[in-house]
Amino acid sequence: MATVMKLVHRNALTSLMGQHCLSFSSAAAHRAAGVRAAQAFPGKVKIVEVGPRDGLQNEKTLVPTEAKIKLINMLSESGLSVIEATSFVSPKWVPQMADQVEVMKGISRKPGVTYQVLTPNLQGFQAAVKAGAPEVAIFGAASELFSKKNINCSVDESLQRFDEVMKAAKEAGVPVRGYVSCVVGCPYEGKVAPEKVAHVAKRLYSMGCYEISLGDTIGVGTPGSMTKMLEAVIKEVPVSALAVHCHDTYGQALANILVALQMGISVVDSSVAGLGGCPYAQGASGNVSTEDVVYMLHGLGIQTGVDLSKLMDAGAFICQTLNRKTSSKVAQAACKL
Amino acid sequence: MGNVPTTVKHCLSYEQLIEDYPWLRRWLQEDKTITGHAYPEFVKIVEVGPRDGLQNEKEIVPTGVKIQLIDMLSGTGLSVIEATSFVSSKWVPQMADHTDVLRGIQKASNVQYPVLTPNLQGFQDAVAAGATEVAVFGSASETFSKKNINCSVDESMLRFEEVINAAKKRQIPVRGYVSCALGCPHEGHIEPSKVAEVAKRLYEMGCYEISLGDTIGIGTPGSMLKMLQRVMKDVPINALAVHCHDTYGQALPNILTALQMGVSVVDSAVAGLGGCPYAQGSSGNVSTEDVLYMLHGMGIETGVNIAKVIEAGSFICSALSRKTNSKVAQARSTACCDASL
Repeated sequence: MATVMKLVHRNALTSLMGQHCLSFSSAAAHRAAGVRAAQAFPGKVKIVEVGPRDGLQNEKTLVPTEAKIKLINMLSESGLSVIEATSFVSPKWVPQMADQVEVMKGISRKPGVTYQVLTPNLQGFQAAVKAGAPEVAIFGAASELFSKKNINCSVDESLQRFDEVMKAAKEAGVPVRGYVSCVVGCPYEGKVAPEKVAHVAKRLYSMGCYEISLGDTIGVGTPGSMTKMLEAVIKEVPVSALAVHCHDTYGQALANILVALQMGISVVDSSVAGLGGCPYAQGASGNVSTEDVVYMLHGLGIQTGVDLSKLMDAGAFICQTLNRKTSSKVAQAACKL
Repeated sequence: MGNVPTTVKHCLSYEQLIEDYPWLRRWLQEDKTITGHAYPEFVKIVEVGPRDGLQNEKEIVPTGVKIQLIDMLSGTGLSVIEATSFVSSKWVPQMADHTDVLRGIQKASNVQYPVLTPNLQGFQDAVAAGATEVAVFGSASETFSKKNINCSVDESMLRFEEVINAAKKRQIPVRGYVSCALGCPHEGHIEPSKVAEVAKRLYEMGCYEISLGDTIGIGTPGSMLKMLQRVMKDVPINALAVHCHDTYGQALPNILTALQMGVSVVDSAVAGLGGCPYAQGSSGNVSTEDVLYMLHGMGIETGVNIAKVIEAGSFICSALSRKTNSKVAQARSTACCDASL
C-alpha cells in the first residue's frame, strides 16, 4: 500500500484519507472538494492598480493634473505595490492622458511602489523614460478585428511594433509588462479562441515581458470561459508570470478572479472605485473595483498589503472630483452601515 | 532499475496497478474531477423577487403589478417563485395584499409558488388562499431573531414546529431559511456551528430544503466555505440552498464557492430587487440575471430563459421607477455590439 500511495495523487489521498473513509459516496467527494477548495488559494496576491490610467482614460470628465497626482499619492499610501500612473500615447487620441509628463514628474514616488506607464510605441517609450518612468507596459490583442479597429494594424504588426519597444527597454534595463485584450470575447468578433490568446501571450512573454495581464476587455467572461482560456495559456506561459484583468460589465469579475486564483494566478488588476466604464456598453461598468477585490481576498485570508480604508479614501476622493458615484459595492455599503 | 525491488517495479506499471486495485481508477478519476472543481449539472433557481425583493423596496407596488410580474416570471422557465408573505400587514405593508396576489396569479403547472408563513395563523391564511408550499424563517443570530421577530431562536423554532406539523397533516412541503448565516448586523461574526444547529433543527422538524442566507452580504468565499463545511456535517448537501446578498459585491463568488461544494439550489431576485435594510442605498439580493449568466456560461443548466427574465426585470423596474441592479440587464440594454456569448 505504501508504494501505491507514492504513485497516486498525494493531496487527494490526504484529503480523502482525512475523512477516515474510502467510500466513493458523493458526500465524501463533496467534503473532499471542500477541503481542496480551501487549499486552492495563493497566500499572497499582488494587486496592480489601474485606476489612474485605465480607469481615468475611460471616464468622460477630464481630470485636472493635480487631482491625478493626489489620487496616485493617496493610492501609494494605501499599501498598493504597483500603480499604473499614466499613458504615453498621443494626446490627440487620448486627451485624458495629455498631462503624462507632468503626472510622472509630479507624483511622490513611494519606495517599494512601482509606477508603470503605457507605451504603445518607441516614441512613447522614449518620452516615458525621459519623464522618469521605471516600468512600462505594452498592449496586444487576441482579436484581429479589435487590433485593427483599436490601433489600426493586425496583431502581428502590433507585436513587431512592440519588438522595437522591447529592445529599447532591454537596453535601458526597464521591465516591460504585456497586456492581452479580448481574452474571452471581442466586441467585433464575438468568441475568441483560447489558443489565440495563448499564442499572443506566449509571443509577448518570449519577447521579454516579465508578466502578461490577460484582459476580459468587455467583461463577457464567466468562470467557464475563463477556466478554458487560462488552461490554454498556462500551457505556454508559466502561471507565476500571469495576471488577470477582469471587467465587471456583466457582474462576473469577482467570480472570474476567484477561479483564476484557484488555477494558481496571484496577480490581479483592478481599479479604485471601479473607475472606467465600458466603451462598448454605454453606462455599463468596466473595471472591477479594487475595494471589492481586496475585500474578497482578505475574506479568504489572502494577503495583499493593502489598507482597505485608505483605499476607500482614495476612491472617495476621485469620485468627488469626478462628481460620480463609486462603482465599488464595498465602498457603497461601508459608508452606509 | 536493476536494484528496484520487484514489488515496486510491479507497481510502476499503471495498467498493472489498475488491474491489482480496480477501485483506484475510480478514485483517481474522482480526484481529477475534484481538482477541476466539478460543478452540478443542473441548478435550481429559487426566484425571491416578488416577495423578498419587493418587501425591501420602499415603494408600495399595486397588486396588479405584482401579479403581472409573477405571471411574467412563470413564463421564463423558473420552477420556484416565492410569491408573497402571510405576515401581518401591520408589520409588512408591502405584503398586505397576499391573498389577492396568490389568488390572482396564473399558476403554471410546473412552477411552485411558496409563501412565507411566520406562524400558524399565517399558515392557515395561506392555505385558505390556496398555497401549496410554505416557508419559515429562522435565524442563526439570537439578537437578530429578537429584533426581527421579537423572540429568541428557540421560541421561533417552537412557532415553526406548529406550522410544520400543520403543513405535514396537509402534505404541504415546507422550506426553511436561516438568516445571518455569514454575519449579523448586530452580533457581527456568527459561528458556523450555530448556523448548523439551526439548519439541523429545521431539517429534522421536516423542512425539505434549508436556504442559508447571507443577510447583510458580508460573506466572502472564505466564510462561505467554512460555514458550508460545518453545515454539511448535519444536513445533506442536496437539501441545502444559498441565498447570497450582493451588498459587498461578493454574491457571485460566494455562489460559485457553494457550487464547488456541491450546493445546487440558488436563491436570487429578478433585477436584484430589494435593497439592504441595514445599509441604506446599498444593494441586497443578487440579480437572477447575473446568476443565470454565470451558470449558463459554465455550462450549468437551469431551464430558465435569461432574456425573458430580463424582460420581467425591465417591467418591474419600470413600475418601480428604478434602475435595475442587474449588470447583465444594464449591459444588454446598452451594448453597442452583440458581445454576449
